[in-house]
Amino acid sequence: MTAFFNTTVGLSYNWAWFVATIIGILVIALPLMLAVAMIIYADRKIWAAMALRRGPNVVGPFGLLQSFADGLKVFLQETIIPSAANKGLFLIAPIITFTVALIVWAVVPFQAGVVLADINVGLLYVLAASSLGVYGIILAGWASNSKYPFYSALRAAAQMVSYEVAIGFILISIVLWSGTFNLSGIVMAQKGVLNTPINGFFLNPLLFPMAIMFLISSLAETQRAPFDLTEAESELVAGYQTEYSSMSFALYWLGEYANVILMCVLNATLFWGGWLPPLDWAPLYAVPGIIWLFAKMMFFFFVFSWIKATVPRYRYDQLMRLGWKVFLPVSLFWVFLVSGVLMWMRVGFGS
Amino acid sequence: MSIAQYVKSFFLVEFVKAHALTLRYFFKPKATINYPYERNPVSPRFRGEHALRRYPNGEERCIACKLCEAVCPAQAITIEAEPRDDGSRRTTRYDIDMTKCIYCGLCQEACPVDAIVEGPNYEFSTETREELIYDKNKLLDNGDRWERTLAANLAADAPYR
Repeated sequence: MTAFFNTTVGLSYNWAWFVATIIGILVIALPLMLAVAMIIYADRKIWAAMALRRGPNVVGPFGLLQSFADGLKVFLQETIIPSAANKGLFLIAPIITFTVALIVWAVVPFQAGVVLADINVGLLYVLAASSLGVYGIILAGWASNSKYPFYSALRAAAQMVSYEVAIGFILISIVLWSGTFNLSGIVMAQKGVLNTPINGFFLNPLLFPMAIMFLISSLAETQRAPFDLTEAESELVAGYQTEYSSMSFALYWLGEYANVILMCVLNATLFWGGWLPPLDWAPLYAVPGIIWLFAKMMFFFFVFSWIKATVPRYRYDQLMRLGWKVFLPVSLFWVFLVSGVLMWMRVGFGS
Repeated sequence: MSIAQYVKSFFLVEFVKAHALTLRYFFKPKATINYPYERNPVSPRFRGEHALRRYPNGEERCIACKLCEAVCPAQAITIEAEPRDDGSRRTTRYDIDMTKCIYCGLCQEACPVDAIVEGPNYEFSTETREELIYDKNKLLDNGDRWERTLAANLAADAPYR
């Protein structure tokens, strides 16, 4: 696209690159917003179905427009800022959450070669950017100057940091196996794993436990049930969102669900073959990769909602125990195990 | 924790079982009534919106005995009465404050002539509070509108009274 603007339209190379990047960002961000709206609807619908309810079914056909109606309602509300709040931080916190949820998408490969920024340290970028997400929540809790948001912010900080440690080690074992930090490279490394016609690291018995642990950690990382202690409504009203209203509240919702979709995509990309079809069989490659990725993302979102509808909320000490006493040692051990197996496979012991 | 339990928790056995259960429920028919289009059956004894009934010849039943006003625990009923030109005793004012009413049904129990009754209607929400302070005309209107159902309900419940 840069070449198109450079030669056909006649812009200088820098401007052509700029325009092409802006278009690329919009092409990712706008459908993402639409996807977030539909995924909030899907979440409510799946949750309702498992509770033998019908869920939203009034606005539009099958209630499909429910999220847009909610968005419109929120948009028309008054923005209330508590008088004791730190105004600047209070308003900037939801923007941080929302922005950070969006920027990670820059490195997500949608198809062979279709990625906004095909950088070599893509996975590091994902870790770095998603770690920034906790700032939005901490700032919200602090700036609200209110008890429950503050408790929620403390919980969120501890929770996200604890599980990021485990996620880091899980990702290291992936990197060791695929030999690259580049997300496209990781996807390609999953082609026909272990000489079987199946695409995806989950088939590898060494990496399957990591796939499950990554799924659970990503639930904790996005603060979804059963790890939704930051907005445990029975204890903390609405958690860090308690004092928010109108668009700043909507930004939290958008950011939260954009994060959820992102984690679904990362699950699909890192362990389940990304944009590769499930089977390494030529006719399946006729289907565009983005459709496979989307299907896998939808599957993981269903799993997320399924878990939300099934499992009761963890107690806080249980959450910390799982993070520090189970996930951290197991993933650490697994890094040694994977690297040992790789050494044995490539070099062989004693040689 | 025994070793068996430990292994079980490590392989998430209980979680998998729970998820199989919820997945079965996912495909079950839904229990929710699709409300404006489907409704639950309403018992003849249902205590909903009030109505003042009339005799078949059009004469209002209420004789202003004020038993309902006296028995009303929420003091939602206000009655004023004076003899009419033909000498019969009738109400000049019969107000029910529906925002006070607790729908206990004591007024219809107290009524010796089955004049004040609570009908099957539960869809009378309004946008203003004032509309919920019912006067005699509104109550008589309700009676005329719901008379058939009210009579049928009273007949159905009569053997148990």
